[in-house]
Amino acid sequence: MSDELLPHGHPTRAPASQRGRTAEVLEHAKALGKQIEVTIDGRAITVPLGTTILESAQQLGIRIPTLCYHQDLCLAGVCRICVVEVEGQRALQASCSYPITAPIHVKTHTPAVRKARRHILDLMLANHYGECYTCNRNGNCELQSLAEEYGVDYFRFGRMEKPRYEIDLSSHALVRDMNKCVLCRRCVRTCIDLQEVGVLEAIDRGNRIKIATFGDKPLSDVVCINCGQCINRCPTGALRANDNTDEVWQAIDDPTKHVVIQTAPSPRAGIGECFGLPPGQPMTFRMNTALRYCGFDKVFDTNFAADLTIIEEGTELLLRLKAAMANDECRMMNDESALQHPERSQSQSIHNSSFINHNFPVPLPQFTSCSPGWVKFAEHFYPEYLDHVSTCKSPQQMFGALLKTFYAEKTGVNPRDIVTVALMPCSAKKFECNRPEMCASGYKDIDYGLTTRELAKMIREVGVDLPNMPKSDFDDPFGTATGSGVIFGVTGGVMESAIRTVFELVTGKKVENLFDHAEVVPVRGFEGIRYAELPIVEVGPVPAIISHLFKDWNWLKGATLKVAVAHGTANAKRVMEDIKAGGKFSECHFIEFMACPGGCLGGGGQPIPTSPEIRAARAKAIYDEDRSYTIRKSHENPALLQVYADFLTDGPCGHRSHKLLHTHYTPRGKYIA
Amino acid sequence: MLVTEQERLRDDLVKMTDRFGRDRSALMPILQELMRTRYHISEYSMQVIADLLDIHPVEVSSVVSFYSFLEDKQRGQFVIRLCRTIACDMSGEGNVARQLVNDLGIEFGGTTPDGKFTLGWANCLGMCDQGPAMLVNEKIYTQVTPEKVHSILEECRSTFGVHATVDKERC
Amino acid sequence: MIAETTHGSLTFCSIEPDSGLGSALERPPADALGRIEASGLRGRGGAGFPTSLKWELAIKSPGEYKYVICNADEGEPGTFKDRVILSDFADLVFEGMTIGAFVIGAKHGIVYLRGEYAYLRSHLENVLRRRRAQNLLGKNIHGLEGFDFDVEIRMGAGAYVCGEETALIESLEGQRGEPRNRPPFPIDTGYLGNPTIVNNVETFAWVVCILAKGAKWFNSIGTKKSTGLKLFSVSGDCSQPGVYEFPMGITVAELLKEVGGEGAKAVQVGGAAGQCVPAAQFERTIAYEDVPTGGSVIVFGPGRDMLRVAENFLEFFADESCGQCTPCREGTPKLIEGVKMLQQGRCSMQYLHELCSLGETMQAASKCGLGQMAPNAFLSIVEHFQDEILGRIGR
Repeated sequence: MSDELLPHGHPTRAPASQRGRTAEVLEHAKALGKQIEVTIDGRAITVPLGTTILESAQQLGIRIPTLCYHQDLCLAGVCRICVVEVEGQRALQASCSYPITAPIHVKTHTPAVRKARRHILDLMLANHYGECYTCNRNGNCELQSLAEEYGVDYFRFGRMEKPRYEIDLSSHALVRDMNKCVLCRRCVRTCIDLQEVGVLEAIDRGNRIKIATFGDKPLSDVVCINCGQCINRCPTGALRANDNTDEVWQAIDDPTKHVVIQTAPSPRAGIGECFGLPPGQPMTFRMNTALRYCGFDKVFDTNFAADLTIIEEGTELLLRLKAAMANDECRMMNDESALQHPERSQSQSIHNSSFINHNFPVPLPQFTSCSPGWVKFAEHFYPEYLDHVSTCKSPQQMFGALLKTFYAEKTGVNPRDIVTVALMPCSAKKFECNRPEMCASGYKDIDYGLTTRELAKMIREVGVDLPNMPKSDFDDPFGTATGSGVIFGVTGGVMESAIRTVFELVTGKKVENLFDHAEVVPVRGFEGIRYAELPIVEVGPVPAIISHLFKDWNWLKGATLKVAVAHGTANAKRVMEDIKAGGKFSECHFIEFMACPGGCLGGGGQPIPTSPEIRAARAKAIYDEDRSYTIRKSHENPALLQVYADFLTDGPCGHRSHKLLHTHYTPRGKYIA
Repeated sequence: MLVTEQERLRDDLVKMTDRFGRDRSALMPILQELMRTRYHISEYSMQVIADLLDIHPVEVSSVVSFYSFLEDKQRGQFVIRLCRTIACDMSGEGNVARQLVNDLGIEFGGTTPDGKFTLGWANCLGMCDQGPAMLVNEKIYTQVTPEKVHSILEECRSTFGVHATVDKERC
Repeated sequence: MIAETTHGSLTFCSIEPDSGLGSALERPPADALGRIEASGLRGRGGAGFPTSLKWELAIKSPGEYKYVICNADEGEPGTFKDRVILSDFADLVFEGMTIGAFVIGAKHGIVYLRGEYAYLRSHLENVLRRRRAQNLLGKNIHGLEGFDFDVEIRMGAGAYVCGEETALIESLEGQRGEPRNRPPFPIDTGYLGNPTIVNNVETFAWVVCILAKGAKWFNSIGTKKSTGLKLFSVSGDCSQPGVYEFPMGITVAELLKEVGGEGAKAVQVGGAAGQCVPAAQFERTIAYEDVPTGGSVIVFGPGRDMLRVAENFLEFFADESCGQCTPCREGTPKLIEGVKMLQQGRCSMQYLHELCSLGETMQAASKCGLGQMAPNAFLSIVEHFQDEILGRIGR
């Protein structure tokens, strides 16, 4: 062990699942930049000190099987499938967690190694209950592939004859079948370390060990936010989304039902992966054809509702800012100190103001509400901040409310007979559409949420090869939305769209003049938390659509809009703790939170597997699609303006919009009775 | 549980964190103190501890479930742990086990209805030269025979409150 | 009451209080380290890692805070010498820890005492209090300016695996006692990420003896690779079970003669994690290079059913496995099933071979020592007692 491999930084709270220190030390060693030579299967390679054997082998193109290892997660080294022989060491070593600190010789497939791997697989299979035919991961299961790879042809150490655990069907979003669990603990590391939600942990020890919730309660009773990140990382079928395809088929097959589907931007960027395409192939318009082929009566673009969200949420933000400003002015007039400093004119105070006035609290920063995982996270862990969360429903729910009111009126279909289906990259959307308050239209706004994976299954079931489908457009009256709606799928997208619209509404100038191609680069990227300050140098006239709410923008002139973006609830937690402590994020005006790493494109309903590269490819597909649209700003969406003209006649944040498009939240807290 | 009892428990736990600290490394001492004073670690107390140490409740329950001396269920005032490891096994632990079951009227893993005794197993108690060995709370009994079982149980029954051998200085 | 099991006169009885520490503090830390190195002392917990090397690595590992941890989580079946040392020679242990702190530059010491030994705690606290009063702990120990060190006692809670040093550290940090990936080792990244030495109770006691009586004295006893004396916990079918002090390299036969265990058919050396030595191999030596041990010797008389022995050990491991890695968690129950099949007389030779092969995988691929050692007893019993275990008429 080299002297350089030292602990660094302050020892942080490390959860039990976390052997993160290994990872930390590795990062540290790599940062030192020293190189070391390692020989793997007779081939030498020079790698940075502290690189693992697995990583080095990957660089050499040598495949070492893995199971508990996942690129997104801290190291565990528990499944032992990746063991290799290190010359001079008595025992085999787990290559995923062995940092190279000396010029070692490694052999990856000696007889002892192959025997060990085979035995480990045999042991896992002996403890794994379930038939591959009836498993929703059939054909996409890491255990199954490994069994094939290692030529497992019989159950050497027997097999489970009957299930040991009851399947947890309590949640609208997730199903847990621990009979299929191989105890790799990826879900634990996802839930505790990656997302910091803390629902799943290993309980008990020895061969009684199992992954369980607090008090072994059903998922619906614990602090699960339904983000489904654990599903995306489960190597087997132990965790899956609550499948609604049967119900959707039933609705489609019922001639009395008018079944409409809305499709979110992320599934289109991901679904190609389910059909063997490399990540990052947008399938938007081919999918439309496939959906009609499946029997959906109408295919709509969720992005229409995303544009609607931007108008509503943007207006809400401006209203909050205005209210905060009014408080500020009020305070200034009462503040004697202002008299003592006559040089500080009132207008200066507005310019320097952070808008946030703690004496007259207007909840700022405003938080986005599109991500149902984030919303439930806030309800559990930050209930005291729920008035910061925008009252806007998510695009999915806004659309649902419009479909059962505006659309029903327009087409003359009885809303009772309309079945609204939402194709989402998300497992939490299944929970969201079942929230009791989501029925402003008098009906359940959204009847079923489908994940990308479920839709791929439906498309396959009707015998369609998606990549070879002809393209077709979305249905009217909502048409094809704007580029702003599309980028909702990627972290920073909601913020970018909001900035595009708010800046144009306020300054009256084309946002392209401010940002190249209207691309708000400061809020883009995959960094966990991003922060930007955007000065409002000049203001224009108030556009007609919100002229009933604002007289002028003079109060915003010279102000600086402070915004932030966080994705993954661990990052959301960082930001929230900073706000609690009165840090820089408490000075923000608007913060976008997404529960899933990468935003919706990394959602719990997206194709499996997931990795940083896959998510980056999907993001690229989404940004490309944005660029390909002629209309790229929400407030320019003609169908949307039509809806305001015909239906939401009292304008954004008006009475009707409040009834249909806005909602409230439930403080849940984290204590479980 | 009455609200007042919950409040008292929370107060106790806050005092424990004052004493042991609020780092995660304080978790075991807190749990052990709770076992000593309340004989079990309830779900509510796990959540309070998690809150105080800024960790997740499921992590606390995971730790509790890992250690055989930490229990989430109410157990008896006297926890009897009979060593079942090889040396005691060879010196007649089986007969002592049988007699314990007979005298207490419960099986291993059970607690007597009066809440006095919990009967369980232990792995090697480190008394292999004087087996069979048995731990009652923190007191060790060696060379236990079936006929001694009765007097040991009587000794416990006649002890008021916490076992006489419990270290009072740590209270 | 703690029964007196000490047999004969132990070296520990003859050590003058404070003689080891006093001798160490006379010269710079490197000198004490040199003497320990010259003595050839290896870890008395069973793994036999050279003590001086461990300490030297901890010295080199930079860090403001360093820790000295005494592993008093004695849980190996058949081992009880640490209990005796802690009861009768606690001063030696604390003195050894203080020497360790002096050598590596630590200010904090922790004794991780197994929960089963909770009755020793107040005794140990008393000794600590007295040592503080004597300025043998605390600030400026022995009047040596700047040499501060104190010891706290932390309790285990009934988990054998916490005897593994990284699991022990996890437990101290408030985690499940699950062994870590190694590297990094505790000497680099130990308690709270700081350089830490974890040594067995007995090791610390011998350190004191070595500094008091000289490295040469220690080195002249035992074998070349296994120097010095060692305490043995002897139990099972012998007339005088108890704790004994023998030189390393003693043969099993010699040991049996001392303890009144002649006529045994087998001896389990090293506890459940050790190996079973049949009568035909009683001339083997107990030393790191032959039959290694942490001090546990269990004697099996002619009437013992070796299959029952294997079952008992395996059940112990199945219960005490942390459940983290696949080979240990899933492999041990498979071996237990195998033993049950053997007991019922319905295990084919082919399947027995399969199980032995699985045992080898467990030895090679498990994450920590517990998993790697779990199949040892089973494998050696199958190897040496085939006649006894095969073809049984089922119960």
